[in-house]
Order: sequence, then C-alpha cells, then structure tokens
Amino acid sequence: MIPLSHILLLSVILFTLGAAGFIIRRNVITVFMCIELMLNAVNLAFIAFSRRLPSLDGQLFVFFVIVVAAAEAAVGLAIIVALYRNRNSLAIDDVDSMKM
Amino acid sequence: MEILFYIFGIVAVVAAISVVFQRTPVYSALSLIVVLAALAVIYLLLGAPFIAMVQVIVYAGAIMVLFVLVIMLLNAGHEGPSAHRARFARWLGPPLLLAFIVEFAVIVWKQYGLTGAASAQPLDASPAAIGRLLFQSYILPFEVTSILILVAVLGAVVLAKKQV
Repeated sequence: MIPLSHILLLSVILFTLGAAGFIIRRNVITVFMCIELMLNAVNLAFIAFSRRLPSLDGQLFVFFVIVVAAAEAAVGLAIIVALYRNRNSLAIDDVDSMKM
Repeated sequence: MEILFYIFGIVAVVAAISVVFQRTPVYSALSLIVVLAALAVIYLLLGAPFIAMVQVIVYAGAIMVLFVLVIMLLNAGHEGPSAHRARFARWLGPPLLLAFIVEFAVIVWKQYGLTGAASAQPLDASPAAIGRLLFQSYILPFEVTSILILVAVLGAVVLAKKQV
C-alpha cells in the first residue's frame, strides 16, 4: 500500500516547485504554467484524501478544479494575447504600470 | 504497485523541476505535459480511473494544446536575463522553500505517521458512481460551473478581439 504521507509529500514538493517558478520566472506564459503546476499538486492531495477517507467527494472536487482550470486557461491566455498586442512583449518586467 | 508510484513520482518531480528551470516556454510546456501524464498514472494507482482519464483528455489534451498554441502564436522565445533582481532573494529563497517542505513533512508525519496506508477500504470510483454523485448531491455546483464556462468563453472572445 502506498503511504498517505508519501503522496502528500509529493504533492507539497510539486506545489513548492510551482510557487518557486511563479516567483522566479519572468515570462508570462511560464508563470501561468507554474500556476497550473500548483493546481495539479492540490489535485493530487485531494485524490489522496479521497482514498484515505474513503469518500468520492474529493474526486468530484478535482473534477471541478479541472473545469475551473480550463476556464482560467482560456481567459488567461486571451489576456496574454491582448497583453502582447499592446506591449509587444511577454516579459513580466515590462508590465509595471501599477508599480509605484 | 507501490514501485510504480515512486517511479512516476520521481518522473513528476524531475519534470516539474524542468518546467521551472527551462528558459524556453515550449520546453516548459512539454515538461508540464510529462508532469500531467505522470500524475494521471498516479491517479490510476490511487483508484481514481475517471479522474485520470479526465486529466489526460482535458488537461494534457485540451489545456496544454491551448498553451502550446499561444506560445507558437506569440513566438515566445528564449527568456533574457532580468534587468533588476534582488540579491538577497537568491540566498533567502531556496532555504525558505526547503523549510516549507520540511515543515509540511513534519506536520504530515505527526498526523498520519510515516507509513500509514492511504486507504481503509476499496472505494467504488467508477464513472457511474461519480455521475450519480455529480448529478444528485453536486447538481448546483455543476450548474454554476456551466455558467462559469459560458462567461469564460465570452470573456476569451471579447479579450482576444482586435481593439481592447
């Protein structure tokens, strides 16, 4: 049997890598992919707890997270396309209008 | 069965490191697809076949195709060096992230033990069982989700128009 703690450790390692990438990357698309990585880490924890309880609700939450991620990807990538059209750049450093 | 979990867990972590540290977005996207596929295998091992298939079809299939399409469309190339970067962040960041992982591991270890098995009894996770739960207990979230998707489609069309 796979121990629950090992699954959760894998989940938190993936989440930490996603959070690190979110901070250190400077390409908008890569930052967006790091968000997807964090969402997947959370999904893994949901599945692990769904198996532990045992209850199907965790798997349905994962289902909803995937649906929301799909909607988020559609809107987010449209925003990135609009951003590129206006600034002609994908670097996060160039999008600093709201910086003091 | 357990050995497969560890193999694909290591594959997922290595591919996730590749997502973060590749400097070309296309390579990051391909590495992310590897992460998603490895996670789908782990979902299968954990007794969630429906979610594993949704992961492959929707995530690795639809969402990542969208990502790769936009990367190609915008011709996103090599990421240049940053103009301004805090020096102390480079020394403080990795230890803090490592501390986060260790802290979490200690909490999990205290709560669940190092080798507590992940399952009590087998769970019926067939698509039929998930469908029954989805259309009985979770019918309201399901309907709200459909409205969310409609709004997202409209938003994407409006945002991607010529003049914004």
